[in-house]
Amino acid sequence: MDKKTFGLAAMALAGAIGLGGIAAPAFAQNEQFIPILSYRTGAYAPNGIPFANGMSDYYRMINARDGGINGVKIQFEECETGYATDKGVECYERLKAKGPTGAAFFNPLSTGITFALTEKAPVDKIPIITMGYGRSESRNGAVFTWNFPLLGTYWTAANIAMQHIAKEMGGFDKLKGKKIALVFHDSPYGKEPIPMLTEMSKLLGFELVLLPVTHPGVEQKSQWLQIRQQRPDYVLLWGWGVMNSTSVKEAAAVGYPRDKMLGVWWSGAEPDVLPAGDQSTGYKALMLQHGAGKFPVHADMLKFAVGKDGSQTKPDEADDVLYNRGMVNAMLGVEAIRTAQKKFGNKPLTGEQIRWGLENLDLSDARLKELGFEGALKPLKISCTDHEGTRFGRVQQWDGKQWKVISDWYEGDDKLLAPMVRDVSAKYADEKKIAPRDCSKES
Amino acid sequence: MFYREAGQFKVTYSADMAIFPIAQDRIAVLAIVAGAFLLMPFVATEYFLNSIMVPTLILALAAIGLNILVGYCGQVSLGSGAFMAIGAYAAYSFAIRVPELPLLVSILLGGVVSAMVGIAFGIPSLRIKGFYLAVATLAAQFFFDWLFARVGWFTNYTPSGSVNAPRLDVFGWTVNTPVEKYLFVLAVVCVLALLAKNLVRGHVGRQWMAIRDMDIAAEIIGIRPMYAKLSAFAVSSFFVGVAGALWAFVHLGSWEPLAFSIDRSFQLLFAVIIGGLGSILGCFLGAAFMWILPIFLDIALPPLGELVGWKMDKATVSHFSFMIFGGLIVFFLIVEPHGLARLWSLLKEKLRLWPFPY
Repeated sequence: MDKKTFGLAAMALAGAIGLGGIAAPAFAQNEQFIPILSYRTGAYAPNGIPFANGMSDYYRMINARDGGINGVKIQFEECETGYATDKGVECYERLKAKGPTGAAFFNPLSTGITFALTEKAPVDKIPIITMGYGRSESRNGAVFTWNFPLLGTYWTAANIAMQHIAKEMGGFDKLKGKKIALVFHDSPYGKEPIPMLTEMSKLLGFELVLLPVTHPGVEQKSQWLQIRQQRPDYVLLWGWGVMNSTSVKEAAAVGYPRDKMLGVWWSGAEPDVLPAGDQSTGYKALMLQHGAGKFPVHADMLKFAVGKDGSQTKPDEADDVLYNRGMVNAMLGVEAIRTAQKKFGNKPLTGEQIRWGLENLDLSDARLKELGFEGALKPLKISCTDHEGTRFGRVQQWDGKQWKVISDWYEGDDKLLAPMVRDVSAKYADEKKIAPRDCSKES
Repeated sequence: MFYREAGQFKVTYSADMAIFPIAQDRIAVLAIVAGAFLLMPFVATEYFLNSIMVPTLILALAAIGLNILVGYCGQVSLGSGAFMAIGAYAAYSFAIRVPELPLLVSILLGGVVSAMVGIAFGIPSLRIKGFYLAVATLAAQFFFDWLFARVGWFTNYTPSGSVNAPRLDVFGWTVNTPVEKYLFVLAVVCVLALLAKNLVRGHVGRQWMAIRDMDIAAEIIGIRPMYAKLSAFAVSSFFVGVAGALWAFVHLGSWEPLAFSIDRSFQLLFAVIIGGLGSILGCFLGAAFMWILPIFLDIALPPLGELVGWKMDKATVSHFSFMIFGGLIVFFLIVEPHGLARLWSLLKEKLRLWPFPY
């Protein structure tokens, strides 16, 4: 290559980058921009793809069926994070100012990215929705004004999981002297439940064995050998992506009974059990309220969204666990915008206005039925003091072909949760010199 | 025509030994630095500052550190991610445990701690060379990944193992907006890059280069290998450590050990090799290549695909940008194995003769 042409090419490249950063595509004025941080490549893609499909299809459906949210069309764009924090931050910076009013909110779909964005959201005034993941103490809206861990945090999940194990064993008193192992993804995500489990192990007298698995989780031989040696009475699995199916296979390899394994709600979808084939029969996992299968809203999804206008979903995948979860996540965001529109008018809203909508989100049974989510969700009500809204969960079991709900509803024990949230969020407020809001004055 | 040094007479030794002996170079560099400080904050978008400039500058600083070790002293290291992590966690420790310290001091102290650890992990280099040393530094990478993930003291016992940077107060100035962050990083990088440039031009740098070119010969002419190698490890780790602290405090704001994983080490090593071993300018070029090109491909591919009537989905885009990026790395290494810096100097030589090449 001629060196001079190369130089010119390099300069053209640099110029194009500058333009790429500056030039934003034209947006119609009456559109609400919603960014989707997704991962369709890498070790977490098997789980990232259905989730991203569920989210984008729901926005598609709202646009096609209702013409947007009260006439305000949804403009959405995906950005590939690969579950990596630095890529996620870059995506956030790229998308936060798009659209006429900027990004409505972000769904990071990664606890690591959530931690990074928690520092940025208050500056940019964009809410962060972390449905069923994220920082557990961010439930305290007085300190974490911009974080919304809707439907459940990992502390809630850990508490519900222990409730189920206790029930199987015949009561909390039976847990004394038992050994519970936690096989977890060695990242903020996997470490989140540890404080709650430690607290409960002190309270109930069981022994907690911690077995971290390094990213991406395909190498777990030593952890399962330890399980074989120590024979815990129950194994909790806190994995994501390929780590989950690997765990199930390794459990089979060391002969650990799968029905003594309980995954968190991120370890309980089809891609987690299908790769292990028959070996996964009997494996249990928590449900973030909803499970697999169709609810009334799916009729509209299939009619208006699936397979249409850039949707990548195949019709038979449109009721998988993670597809449904993406849909629920998108629905909560859309309803928050709707709530905010009641106060601020039916027009594109800013992140700050939508934050108000999230904080005043109130979905009753009747409203959920109207939306077509009957039976999938419990009613939830967000407030300044409680950004979680509801603390219910169930347990499902893989029977070799599909997930079967095997338990009743459990509710996270607020006698344990509330003080922990209070203490840890107070420590955060202290570290960052944040003056907590006075929730009695919020409306 | 424009780039001729004819008529520029040097009458003092100091003029002869200036960093940029040619007047045009001096003017160009001053113009670039002035533009970066005075013009960039006004014309660049927030996205450009936050996601392009700040990370590129910090990675360039880390690449300078690694280049001192690999490019100037010839000691291969695969542990630069770990030394970034040490800088970040040490600075974090200083900032929260001794809050009286100004933040800039904490960040520099992070670099100092990293330098000390660098000396410790440089000791094997006195006995082993090449690939074997690379493996020894790899041990540092894995050890510190493990240490920061497991030992609660380093993360101030946060339950999730993820830590938040304290507020950035630099002598009463709160670094908050993208422009402020950019200027802060730019200032630190400029000062340290100047320091590095002068170090490698001076007697210390000459010792490093002598060791790199032939350590036995260097020893015979009176260079102490221990001093030269360990000083290279110390200086290199200092730069990498400061870059790590900046990466954590200014760029990420909140981080976990995964931010400084083995991938980061490879990214830096590639930046140094593609930019040009033994060149400070190459570090900036290499870092820009490694950081900006994937983002550029990510943004540019969908419109390019639409030009030929192909609507790419996100997964295809990221697969393609991955492949093209890899292809370009190979392409550049074949076209110019001495890196982008060498391309630049070739360009300058052509420019000298232009418009009358022979």
